Amino acid sequence: MSDENNISRRGLFMKLGILFNGLVATALAVPFVRFLSSSVTRGRSGSYLSWVPLGRVNEFPEGETRLATFRNPYVMPTDGKTVDTACWVRRVEGEQFQVFAVNCAHLGCPVRWFPQSGLFMCPCHGGAYYRDGSRASGPPERGLFEYPTKIENGLITIQAGELPTPGASLALLGKKPPCES
Amino acid sequence: MRVLAQIGDWFDRRLQLAAPIREAAEHPVPRNTASWFYVFGSAALTVFLLQLVTGIMLALIYVPSAGEAWSSLQALNHDVTLGWFIRAMHGWGSNFMVAIVLIHMVQVFLFGAHKFPRELTWILGVFLLLMTLGMAFSGQVLRFDQDAYWGLGIGASIVSRVPIAGPAIVKLMLGGPIIAGATLSRFFALHVFVIPGMLIGFVCLHVLMVLKLGINEWPMPGRIVRRATYINEYHDLTKKAGAPFVPYAIWKDLFFAAFVLLAVAVCALYFGPFGPTGQPDPTIIQTVPKPDYFFLWLYALLSLLPPSLETPFLLIGPVLAITGLLLLPFLSGEGEKSWRRRPIAVLTVLLIAITLGTFTHLAGYTPWSPDMNAWSGDVIPEQFLHRTSALERQGALVFQVKQCRNCHSLGDLGGQRGPALDSVAVRLTQDQLIRQVIQGGGNMPAYGKNLSPAETTALVAFLETLHPAGQAPARDASRDIVLGEDQAERQAAQR
Repeated sequence: MSDENNISRRGLFMKLGILFNGLVATALAVPFVRFLSSSVTRGRSGSYLSWVPLGRVNEFPEGETRLATFRNPYVMPTDGKTVDTACWVRRVEGEQFQVFAVNCAHLGCPVRWFPQSGLFMCPCHGGAYYRDGSRASGPPERGLFEYPTKIENGLITIQAGELPTPGASLALLGKKPPCES
Repeated sequence: MRVLAQIGDWFDRRLQLAAPIREAAEHPVPRNTASWFYVFGSAALTVFLLQLVTGIMLALIYVPSAGEAWSSLQALNHDVTLGWFIRAMHGWGSNFMVAIVLIHMVQVFLFGAHKFPRELTWILGVFLLLMTLGMAFSGQVLRFDQDAYWGLGIGASIVSRVPIAGPAIVKLMLGGPIIAGATLSRFFALHVFVIPGMLIGFVCLHVLMVLKLGINEWPMPGRIVRRATYINEYHDLTKKAGAPFVPYAIWKDLFFAAFVLLAVAVCALYFGPFGPTGQPDPTIIQTVPKPDYFFLWLYALLSLLPPSLETPFLLIGPVLAITGLLLLPFLSGEGEKSWRRRPIAVLTVLLIAITLGTFTHLAGYTPWSPDMNAWSGDVIPEQFLHRTSALERQGALVFQVKQCRNCHSLGDLGGQRGPALDSVAVRLTQDQLIRQVIQGGGNMPAYGKNLSPAETTALVAFLETLHPAGQAPARDASRDIVLGEDQAERQAAQR
C-alpha cells in the first residue's frame, strides 16, 4: 500500500469493482422485488375482483339459504380444485339477496347453515351467526362477510376473487356487515 | 489396513482436515457435563439430519402442485414401496424435533447456559426454535389436505389483522388473492429451500460456538458467574480437570441419538403416517379443521380469549415473547446458574409448561365448539322422557330439531359449548327459561325469531322437567302472590 493520500492502482480497481457490483445488484433488485411483490401489487388495483354468476335467480327459493359454488375469477394452471369456492346464498324475497362467505369472521373456518334453528355455526371456535349474517355469539367480532351482489339477465352475480379475512379485503369493505338487531 | 491408511493419508494431505477434526473431537470438557442431561442438543441435531434424509426421499415422489399434491401423497401412502413408512418417519420426526428442541431449551435455561459468555449461542437457539416451528407449520401445509387448506385460512385471518399492511401481507403469504396453487408452491419453497438453508447455517454456527466457548459446566449452587472471572474459572474446569469430549462424554450422546431414532421409527411403524385427510376442495365445508399438536395450545387460546383481546394478543404476544427470549441472556447474563437457587426461573418454566399443557389438553376435545351432528346423532336418553306429557315430548322434539343439542348435552351426550341441561330446571325458573330461549344471552344466540310461541311453550315445558328426582324445580315465589295461591298450586301440580 502507498501513502495515505495516494490511492494505488489496484486499490482503485477494487473499489471500482465493488461499486460496479453494487450498481448491478441495485439494478437486479428492481425486477427481483417486483417479481416477489407481484401478488400484492396486482391486487392493489383491484384486478383480482370480478363479477361472477352463481346461478339463475329461480334456483334459489325465497326465504331460504342455499350453498352455492363458483370458480374464482383469477386462476393459475396449478390451482386444481382450490379455485372452486363455496358461499351461502340467502334469497330474502324477490330480487333481494344476501351472499355470505363460508369463511367465519373469526379465523376463517367454514361455517355451516342450520335452517331449523336459523343459525350459521362454526366448527372451530364456536362462532354463531343469525340468518341475516349478523353475529349471534362466540368469538367473532363482527357478522359474516358479505359479497356485493347484483342481478344480471336473471342471474344472481357476486363480486368475488379474494379470500375474505377480518383484515377486510377490497370487495367486502364496501359493504358494512349487517348490524345486530 | 495399510492401503486404507495410505488412501486416508493421500486425502488428508490435500484436505488437511484430520488435525482440526481431531482437535474438535478431543477438546476437553468439564467432567460433570458427561451427563444424560446434556444429550438433547445432539439429539435435536440427529432428528434434523433424519428430517433432511427423509425429506429428500419424499421430494422424489411429492408434487408441489395444488392439483396433484394430495394424490401424490396418496401414492406415497399406498403405491410406492415403503412410501408410507418414509412419510411416517418424516411426520413423527417433526413431532420429535419440536419436542426435543423445547426440552433442550428448558434444560439450557434451567442450567443457566444462556449466561455469559454464551448469550449469542442462546440467541441463535431462539432463532432455531422459530425455524423449527416454521418448518412444522409449512410442513403441515405441504400435507395439502383439508386441514392444511383451512389452516392456511386461519393463518391468513391472523395475519390480516396487522394494521394497514394486513391485506398486503396476506397476499404475499398466499402468493395471490386466495389459497391456491401459488400458495402451495411458495410454502414448498420455504419448507424445502429457504428455512432448511437457514437452519443448516444457524445449526453450524450454534455448534461452532459450543465448540469455541465450551459446553456449559454443571451448575453448582453458589458458583456465581461474573464476567471478569468466568473465563478463567471455566479454563480451570476444562484444561486442568477436564476430559476429552471423545470418548469421555460422547457415548451418552450416541446412545441417546440412536434411542431417539429408534423411538421415531417405532412410532412411525405403530401409528403410521399423518393423513392426508380429505381433499383440499374448498367446496367441501363438512370439515372440522384442526392444527397439528404443537399448535393446539394456540387453537385453544383463540377460542377462550375474550374477542376484544384477541387481536392485540395475536399481534403483540409473539413480539413480546420473542423479544423476551432474545433479551433473556442480557437481563440475567451473570449470577447463579443452578436451578436450585433460581426459584423464579423454575416457576416460570413450570407455569409455561402447565399453561401450554392445559391448553393442548383442552384442544383435544374442544368443549367450546358446537358438536355439529349432535342434533341428528345424539338421542335424548330415555330417562328424560319417562312420564312426560304430550306437550313435554313435543318440547323434546323442538329441543332436538332446533339444534339445541349441538351446544347442550343431556346425559353426557351432545355438545359442551353451553352448560349441560340435565338439571336446568333447578337453576332457572319458567320465566328465566323463556327469557333465555327467546333473547339468548351469555354465549347463547337468541331463538326468538326461529321459534313459534307454541314451540317455545313446548320447549320450556320440556326444560322444566329436567331436574333430579329428589329436587324440586326452581320457582318464582312472587308468582304465588301475584297469581293467588290456588292458581300457583294448580300450576305446580301440572308439572
